[in-house]
Amino acid sequence: MSQDFDSDSQTELSADEAALLHAMPALEGVGKSRRTFMINSAAGGIGLFAANLLAQESAMGAMTLSPDAATAPVKALNVVKVALQINGASQTLELDSRTVLLDALREHLALTGSKKGCDQGQCGACTVLVDGKRVLSCLTLTATLGGREVTTIEGLATDDQLHPVQAAFIKHDGFQCGYCTPGQICSAVGLMGEIKRGEISHVTEDVSKPMTRLTTEEIRERMSGNICRCGAYPGIVAAVHDAHSGQQTAQTWGFATPTQLAMSNQEDGHETV
Amino acid sequence: MRPFEYVRVADLSSVTAAMATTPQAKFLAGGTNLVDLMKEDVERPTRIVDITQLPLKQIQRTRSGLSVGALATNTETANHPLIRENYPLLSQAIVAGASGQLRNMATNGGNLLQRTRCNYFYDVAMPCNKREPGSGCAAREGLNRIHAILGWTESCVATYPGDMANALYALNANVRVRAADGSERLIPVTDFHRLPGDTPQRDNMLEHGDLILAIELPVSAGEFARHSHYLKVRDRSSYAFAMVSVAAALDLNGETIRQARIVLGSVAHKPWRSAEAEAILTGRAASEETFQKAAQAALRDARPLAHNAYKVELAQRSIVRALMRAARLA
Repeated sequence: MSQDFDSDSQTELSADEAALLHAMPALEGVGKSRRTFMINSAAGGIGLFAANLLAQESAMGAMTLSPDAATAPVKALNVVKVALQINGASQTLELDSRTVLLDALREHLALTGSKKGCDQGQCGACTVLVDGKRVLSCLTLTATLGGREVTTIEGLATDDQLHPVQAAFIKHDGFQCGYCTPGQICSAVGLMGEIKRGEISHVTEDVSKPMTRLTTEEIRERMSGNICRCGAYPGIVAAVHDAHSGQQTAQTWGFATPTQLAMSNQEDGHETV
Repeated sequence: MRPFEYVRVADLSSVTAAMATTPQAKFLAGGTNLVDLMKEDVERPTRIVDITQLPLKQIQRTRSGLSVGALATNTETANHPLIRENYPLLSQAIVAGASGQLRNMATNGGNLLQRTRCNYFYDVAMPCNKREPGSGCAAREGLNRIHAILGWTESCVATYPGDMANALYALNANVRVRAADGSERLIPVTDFHRLPGDTPQRDNMLEHGDLILAIELPVSAGEFARHSHYLKVRDRSSYAFAMVSVAAALDLNGETIRQARIVLGSVAHKPWRSAEAEAILTGRAASEETFQKAAQAALRDARPLAHNAYKVELAQRSIVRALMRAARLA
């Protein structure tokens, strides 16, 4: 089957895709073609870009699974039953005792925003909030979470409003490939609470005194548990500054204008290939 | 991960029974080390006893000082006002370790029990006397840049990697332990971890079924509150294990050192308290020259391996710098 990604015409769905869409009607309208998405982003700038992300977020958040969709293994060993809150909704799961929270979210609840990076507590891509505090879902056995409240990246936005940290990440270009981003954002949200409680860090000058100022050095230290292989750190630090201060700092990037794009396609007066 | 039976205990009286019949049972608290090791197939418990609901989270004053619950998290402990004020060395050491996420999960009891980060211990394809007694030590003649320079034996050259314990050693903390029969005992933290000898599979003095209830900090350790410093040297400036770390604490009377505590981390199978360095410091005036003498004394018996001779020099310089900062001379 040949695929023409540049075609403006509606690509026909495969049988699998149609079945998926049927099972998850909330997804309809989210899967815009990449081309439409790019045009929207370029034309509307950040507003539409954010709106598009938000549409995906809220669709994911609103998704309800059919009763048999929470797929416990057919013959699970050592089944444990856990009742907990996930993004404000009560969930009761029956899981193999080995299931870590990250796998419960991704494989059993279709909440794939939390990412599996290293799966051994070294990269931070799986960071979620439990009772408002940031933790690593890859090292948390779900069985231990009875009665606890889990918030994932899917649960941060409310209705049509991005969480301020999400908006700040978009505004300050705090990502490139985006894989570490859900973890970075959940981590930054957790960090805000830690600052509010006056918690210290390794770079806090005097631990016996209250922590007062969230400097760049403090942000860097406090976000060090989240690795970004694209190296979007300057944007991440700017986003945390912005979200924490509540002061709208200037966006340091913008989409290229048609003139700039045309210029960038020329080098020393010659058209590049 | 291998299958295991999951059991949650709600009170201390249920702990004994939960552990009794299963020699391969393990307590689970924060899980930051145990779950990782289970995924790596290094730890293979057949039963996990979840102790997170036990009432061991409190940090409170006692007649002898401060009792820090075994299940209080590292974050809660480092940020507790009484610890920040009276034992800032402990706060500093805790926040020098891991990441914000991990410190929110990790408990004090679990932190004491964390296992070595020796690469060969983690690699189940390699021989390791700690993981599989009698199989040999791959690190002895392998890549041993991060390994021990003090107290090691031919059977094991691994180090204890933690930060929190280094401060506890300097503060003469005690570990309150509940035995399987329900009796309680206090173990001085300086006797809690073991040197490898020829049984490196045993990291510490606990027996099967022993449960850490609390870490107790003596009132007297508060005398170091004004002059202590935790220095950690690592390959990157955050979120990495130490190459060398130093917990330095001074009790000063003017310029004269009334008493001193020096503990080195990541140089031996347990935090390495240097009685030699402390003896040199005691009674002398705080000065860089005195600190250098103490540093030399602390490393006099060092026996570096093929790739870690740098640790001897690094440890000496780190001791001097930590003491200079503790004395507020730098």
